Amino acid sequence: MSEVRVLVGTRKGAFVLTADGKRRRWQVSGPHFGGWEIYHVKGSRINPERLYASQSSGWFGQQIQRSDDGGKTWEPAGNKFTYDGLPGTHQWYDGTAHPWEFKRVWHLEPSLTEPDTVYAGVEDAALFRSTDGAQTWQELPGLRGHGSGPRWQPGAGGMCLHTILLDPRDPRRIFIAISAAGAFRTDDGGETWRAINQGLRSQYIPDPTAEVGHCVHRIAMHSSRPEVLFMQKHWDVMRSDNAGELWQEVSGNLPTDFGFTIDVHAHQPETIYVIPIKSDSEHYPPDGKLRVYRSRAGGNEWEALTKGLPQQDCYVNVLRDAMAIDSLEECGVYFGTTGGQVYGSADAGDSWAPIVRDLPAVLSVEVQTLQ
Amino acid sequence: MIQVVLPAHLRALARVNGDVSLAVEGPVTQRSVLDALEALYPVLRGAIRDHVTQKRRPFVRFFACEEDLSHESPDAPLPDRIASGEEPLFIVGAIAGG
Repeated sequence: MSEVRVLVGTRKGAFVLTADGKRRRWQVSGPHFGGWEIYHVKGSRINPERLYASQSSGWFGQQIQRSDDGGKTWEPAGNKFTYDGLPGTHQWYDGTAHPWEFKRVWHLEPSLTEPDTVYAGVEDAALFRSTDGAQTWQELPGLRGHGSGPRWQPGAGGMCLHTILLDPRDPRRIFIAISAAGAFRTDDGGETWRAINQGLRSQYIPDPTAEVGHCVHRIAMHSSRPEVLFMQKHWDVMRSDNAGELWQEVSGNLPTDFGFTIDVHAHQPETIYVIPIKSDSEHYPPDGKLRVYRSRAGGNEWEALTKGLPQQDCYVNVLRDAMAIDSLEECGVYFGTTGGQVYGSADAGDSWAPIVRDLPAVLSVEVQTLQ
Repeated sequence: MIQVVLPAHLRALARVNGDVSLAVEGPVTQRSVLDALEALYPVLRGAIRDHVTQKRRPFVRFFACEEDLSHESPDAPLPDRIASGEEPLFIVGAIAGG
């Protein structure tokens, strides 16, 4: 019997939601690490019982927790994230040079091939890797060593490396995204990186087509077509058909092309999902209606999915890492809101129901499909 | 033995109930007490002071004998009543956030 396990990170702890393949009745476990901010929880595809959680606090800093039994029990892992060599500087909000300072881990991405390897995207933006199950961490310094590093600057949420996409066909290729620097790709396992922002146009920076400085909110890919990328930028939904060499806008008929999250259907590589958000200061759904938009054409033509979602007086946000898709035959789509609801759809988005309504503000949602 | 009172979140992190008793060799200072604490509970490394600089995290405070010792040198001797174990060193998460 299939099972799904939804991993939810919130402002005040982690929650694990489980159900059988019908996805009607849910068990809720948590809060784990109550009172701590859990930016991300993610499981390994190689060993689904291996989970990693990023636990942080403004008072007590960063912790990494690891579970080897699917989230029933947790053990603290290594929390020492030290930049390689001299940290150098990036741009501060006022344009002055500011030293790189570690603040927190935004995203944890277990390797697709090595059971004890996991990547961490951190603020201030850098990529770290552990090859011993998160006990020790080493920076991949080639990313910050990209010549544009001194020109990177923080977005409103900090200068965070929030997206890590591992190419399932080529373990040496990794895509990452940074707010507000843009997207980067390595083809040599992290030794060297190149900015992949051509085609992005950001009117809010002095040179709208600059090599770096774009506020990329999230990137997604389908595992069967890793050269095709979908991006939710601060404004604009974009796609690239050549691994980020060139992007084109596919916002089409969306009510607003601002948003944070984007994801791809489990079995239909041209079916993608976004949640438009009114902005760039309001950060809630347009017209108080919480709507997921689905395109079956890889963008440009979008349909609103509203059945079961609040269509009046809804003013929550859905953050960049807060949507996930399971891989059951009729794939399930999940997202969490800053109002503490986690919604699930067991029919690829056609209809929705809340799994839980009153969690702390949701920062991240991941899902594991267990056989 | 030196007595240390941890804030609730750090007690949970270190999985300790109640106060912590530490044996400290040599001068009893903030640094020597924290060194002994982190040796006993490695998970607390980085949670009270920075891994690299060893500076106190901004929202952590050290109270003892009804005084705030947070801004004292980490190598200054702690009060005699701390060194003798009569009173505990309080490690406190600052009230912050409104």
